[in-house]
Amino acid sequence: MSSESSLRAPRQGLNLRRFFDEWVMVLAALGIFVLCALLIDNFLSPLNMRGLGLAISTVGIAACTMLFCLASGHFDLSVGSVLACAGVIAGIVMRDSDSVFLGIAAALAMGLVVGLINGIVIAKLRINALITTLATMQIVRGLAYIFSNGKAVGVSNEGFFVFGNGQLFGVPVPILITLGCFIFFGWLLNYTTYGRNTLAIGGNQEAALLAGVHVDRTKIIIFAVHGLIGALAGVVLASRMTSGQPMIGQGFELTVISACVLGGVSLSGGIGMIRHVIAGVLILAIIENAMNLKNIDTFYQYVIRGTILLLAVIIDRMKRR
Amino acid sequence: MHQQALQQQASIGGGSLRFNGIGKTFPGVRALSDISFEARPGSVHALMGENGAGKSTLLKILGGSYSPNSGNLQIGERTLSFKSTADSIAAGVAVIHQELHLVPEMSVAENLLLGHMPNRLGLINRRALLRQAGELLKGLADEIDPSTRLGNLSLGQRQLVEIAKAMSRNAHVIAFDEPTSSLSAREIDRLMAIISRLRDEGRVILYVSHRMEEIFRVCDAVTVFKDGRFVRTFEDMADLSHDRLVTCMVGRDIQDIYNYRPREKQGASLRVTGLLGPGLQEPVSFAVEKGEILGFFGLVGAGRTELFRLLSGLTRSSAGSLQLEGQPLALKSPRDAISAGILLCPEDRKKEGIVPLSSVGENINIGARPQHVNLGCLIQGRWERDNAQQQIHAMNVKTPSADQQMMYLSGGNQQKAILGRWLSMPMKVLLLDEPTRGIDIGAKSEIYQIIYNLAAQGIAVIVVSSDLMEVMGIADRIVVMSEGAITGELMRDQADESQLLQLALPRSRH
Repeated sequence: MSSESSLRAPRQGLNLRRFFDEWVMVLAALGIFVLCALLIDNFLSPLNMRGLGLAISTVGIAACTMLFCLASGHFDLSVGSVLACAGVIAGIVMRDSDSVFLGIAAALAMGLVVGLINGIVIAKLRINALITTLATMQIVRGLAYIFSNGKAVGVSNEGFFVFGNGQLFGVPVPILITLGCFIFFGWLLNYTTYGRNTLAIGGNQEAALLAGVHVDRTKIIIFAVHGLIGALAGVVLASRMTSGQPMIGQGFELTVISACVLGGVSLSGGIGMIRHVIAGVLILAIIENAMNLKNIDTFYQYVIRGTILLLAVIIDRMKRR
Repeated sequence: MHQQALQQQASIGGGSLRFNGIGKTFPGVRALSDISFEARPGSVHALMGENGAGKSTLLKILGGSYSPNSGNLQIGERTLSFKSTADSIAAGVAVIHQELHLVPEMSVAENLLLGHMPNRLGLINRRALLRQAGELLKGLADEIDPSTRLGNLSLGQRQLVEIAKAMSRNAHVIAFDEPTSSLSAREIDRLMAIISRLRDEGRVILYVSHRMEEIFRVCDAVTVFKDGRFVRTFEDMADLSHDRLVTCMVGRDIQDIYNYRPREKQGASLRVTGLLGPGLQEPVSFAVEKGEILGFFGLVGAGRTELFRLLSGLTRSSAGSLQLEGQPLALKSPRDAISAGILLCPEDRKKEGIVPLSSVGENINIGARPQHVNLGCLIQGRWERDNAQQQIHAMNVKTPSADQQMMYLSGGNQQKAILGRWLSMPMKVLLLDEPTRGIDIGAKSEIYQIIYNLAAQGIAVIVVSSDLMEVMGIADRIVVMSEGAITGELMRDQADESQLLQLALPRSRH
């Protein structure tokens, strides 16, 4: 049975490699956390941990669905604009109707519609995702300015602040929402046809089509859900800031994409797991937090963040050789 | 002829090409082991072997795309190890691949001189560019205007551009990988003349092809590979017969790989009437019965793959009708075909069949999954595991586990996994497009057994193949296509090689 033994050897090698591929960034995130805890005073203080958790929340929520976009071989640049527009719409509707429910519903509906438009244009009209979402990014940003007259929309409705500033068992609500998203979308990716089809489309769209997958429908759902969740992130952010701000979240889409890619999600599709997203979001947030605690100038922070992203993708590339 | 060759050899400055104990392994696969042979200057040396025998890997090593795990190359007295394609080019090697490495959007001249266009400070001298390109094409393809866009040329002309590019570097070793697979008869004649000329100039020519007639027409020596190993080199073509060469390649009698088993037919299955659509020039009509294996033979581009795309709902027909077991059938998408029980194993496994990054289990389960979920979308872990295991076992897919990524499997095992995908689903008609391309003999004969078993269970199997032996070996009935139309139909016992070829050749050529 020499053929069996020759098959067994690469198997162990491959499994070790796969283990490394899948967990290395999670381990790196933990390592960085421990390092910061040891080296930086006040890093572990409850106040700072709270701040860190809140910093993770907005990017973390949006990254969950960006994972699906990336895993299917696409990406979405409009999410930063959706974030801002959702806050603005929630603020305006609440101001005019005095109903928290209506405000949030209107914001989420806007996100869903933008996502649907993205998805239909990309899936049915076969327009490149870069161009499509670049266009909707500008349209939605413009709408946010138009609706708000370019000024922040203040919210005075107390009930709304629960989402940003409330607590449950001492844990801020945004962090709970983020955790919920991690669990829900991680489950969705692994245990539903929707999730598996997403990865199959990113891995080989032709093969997925021939195997009977609803390719177009799945893509539309991916973008629609991403719009919806982007708007949710916007609502949470507006609640934290007690106002909807039309200029917020410029470059947010790139932060979200970098977090995913940093964690190991493939930009060319087919590879992605929720732990990649969690690791990427954590690493970005911890490093930013550490730099703030060390009083590093914002200008330098950009350089450092860019360098880390570049290093991460170079390492990823070399790993796959 | 050979004397002249010897005289010219000195001027080009190279001796014979030697492969010394070349070995190459990929993760989990040993592609080549201990390959040693010599190709002499002034001769055309054929490399033959079944698909997957290792010819292409050897050419990739020669071209510098792969580096061997063991052994080395020698040209004349120089021992060489190529780290990159640039090294290979610098050593005077040109490999003309099946997929040509040309830029269709650029002009012929730009393609020819890519990398060293005449320029001053980066500004290209267009007159010099066209002149130099014209000189390179002289005597090779005088009719090609160097300023035409490459994309406007025929495939044969593009190949001549690639040859001219090799000549521009004055390559001493020129390797052709299946150069005639998409050429017309006239283009083949011209290519043969050019190859003879290159040989007479004292170059080393390696020639990979499956077409026996070409091998006997142009080659001076043949080296046969099997399963990544060197079998033997025939130095004297006069002594070599067609059958002996085939037996040497296959390593056993042709008959027993197919191991044909007659079956009972079990009534009407798919009936196609007057079907027209993209890629079909004339209305196509045929019928297949349950339990029958229907072979579709033809040359590349005869319209067989296009017919399969219509039958599997990938493209829409413009006229004609389909009936499945007497019921009319309309196909708007692959899903319609799948739910009717018409399942396709596509020709290009890598492009259309597998999801390489996903696991073997995932690749098997993706088809039948919708019938085995809770609440419309929740995956049943137990069914997924069981089904993957069962199909891996039934198809004898060689994989360490169902979790192995598909890309690490050999072509034959990938094909068996795709068959496993369809076997988990209700099936009435199985469309197999070139089911054994790039698959080693052992896996081939397993796949044939699977096909016979399916047919015996009452499934209508339609097999498209360009391998004449295969079609004649496994099909009960053979339909021949040429230029987008059916040109003939023969029962198994009536079919002979020359008759099938005659029907497959384009008529416009005569």
